[in-house]
Amino acid sequence: MSSIISVANLSKTYGSGFKALKNVNLEIKRGEIFALLGPNGAGKTTLISIICGIANPSEGRVLVGGEDIQTSYRKARSLIGLVPQELHTDAFESVWATVSFSRGLFGKPKNPAHIEKVLKDLSLWDKKDNKIITLSGGMKRRVMIAKALSHEPQILFLDEPTAGVDVELRKGMWEVVRTLQQSGVTIILTTHYIEEAEEMADRIGVINKGEIVLVEDKTTLMQKLGKKRLTLHLQGKIISLPESLSQYELDLCDGGATLVYDYDTKGERTGITSLLSDLRTAGIRFNDLDTTQSSLEDIFVDLVRTS
Amino acid sequence: MNHRAIRAIYLFEMARTWRTLLQSIVSPVVSTSLYFVVFGAAIGSRISQVEGVSYGTFIVPGLIMLSVLTQSIANASFGIYFPKFTGTIYEILSAPISYFEIVLGYVGAAATKSIILGLIILATAGLFVPLHIHHPVWMLAFLVLTAVTFSLFGFIIGIWADGFEKLQMIPMLVVTPLTFLGGSFYSIDMLPPTWRTVALLNPVVYLISGFRWSFYEIADVSVSVSIGMTVAFLVICLTVIWWIFRTGYRLKN
Repeated sequence: MSSIISVANLSKTYGSGFKALKNVNLEIKRGEIFALLGPNGAGKTTLISIICGIANPSEGRVLVGGEDIQTSYRKARSLIGLVPQELHTDAFESVWATVSFSRGLFGKPKNPAHIEKVLKDLSLWDKKDNKIITLSGGMKRRVMIAKALSHEPQILFLDEPTAGVDVELRKGMWEVVRTLQQSGVTIILTTHYIEEAEEMADRIGVINKGEIVLVEDKTTLMQKLGKKRLTLHLQGKIISLPESLSQYELDLCDGGATLVYDYDTKGERTGITSLLSDLRTAGIRFNDLDTTQSSLEDIFVDLVRTS
Repeated sequence: MNHRAIRAIYLFEMARTWRTLLQSIVSPVVSTSLYFVVFGAAIGSRISQVEGVSYGTFIVPGLIMLSVLTQSIANASFGIYFPKFTGTIYEILSAPISYFEIVLGYVGAAATKSIILGLIILATAGLFVPLHIHHPVWMLAFLVLTAVTFSLFGFIIGIWADGFEKLQMIPMLVVTPLTFLGGSFYSIDMLPPTWRTVALLNPVVYLISGFRWSFYEIADVSVSVSIGMTVAFLVICLTVIWWIFRTGYRLKN
């Protein structure tokens, strides 16, 4: 798949001397959903701001659709729709007027049918004549998405799209994002919610302290870094583990009622078979067992801690 | 050129005017009418004529300029400051639009509003005093030039301001005094020689003088000097705006 965004050696140092981005290199593939994860202040918004033209880079180069964002900014920016993190809206304008304004700003001819479709897709059609100030937070967020989609962009940036949005609305937004992807739009979203990245993304990038720590396919990432946990619910409580099981890193939990064994799914041998066999030999019996896979959140916390 | 974007900004700003009609148009017209009552009728009745023109008639160009200057600055500064304040500026900065086009949209709308306002005040004045405009084309040219120049100046203030107080500061503390002292209500020939020299340092004197000349062919300074000074101020404002966009001053990090 070809790259639609290409970031090369991008650095950003603010006037205060703070280095928000340090030599960032990133390729976004056409048509994918890319989730950019990172703690607060990691540089997510700075990176997006530079790509979209809101902030100036200190060093490096960004190509959007093959166009340089500085020398060919008109072509580059016309491909992008941006939904910023904060709810910046023209409070006294109607929904219809503000979305139509965005389309004009991006140099597109009037197309009421398209605006109507966007508003209907985002369940805003019945609010089209309402002033934005009268809308709820979730609706304002959707108005901002509608503004970003008004000019039919090929790339959509969603900076924390579901921050402060209730669960139902969040799921609704995920649906919108998926539909957009099906229509060929490339989506880059930043999020604090690991669940969101796990649910939505094709690829995941982790940024920390202004550096890209990792970029990986979501499934590969979870396989590569994922650990599994085997929990055995014992028939009777045991006080301590017999010597014969010392080679396994076992934890005795719940006052001796459960045994917990962490293993690496990427390893050739997980050690489960021999563990179960040794348990039998040692006379330790169990009623039930379950396995859980570590979530993206665990992976993320690990990465940020070690980077 | 992204003419659709210019049009979008222009119409968006003009829509704000119609939405705030009372504040944008009615209020300046009412205050100008009050000036006519106070200065024209009450004080003017005790002043016979100024350079062959009745006092009420004499102050018309100055009053128009007073409103055009303050409204150009107010409209343009608020127009660009408000998106900065609410954060909606992100959309302007991320749109495929050049700085020149942004200025054209905002300043064009601000200047249009003050020109309309100037013409409304002129019509209002016609209800109070007899008016005859000797050079209507020049009158319009001065009106447009002043409206554009001071809208550019307002745009700069709007970019510079990082709070509502600063937004008001320059218009209140600098522009209004300069306008009042710039010969809106008198000819600077009426001042003592020393003060006359001081008055010539006031750029507004040249604007009002030129504008008044287009009405009655009477001027404090020569018309070419008036035009020269206005154009010079226009060039200064353009240079500052060019610098603002080049450096991203108070717009981009």
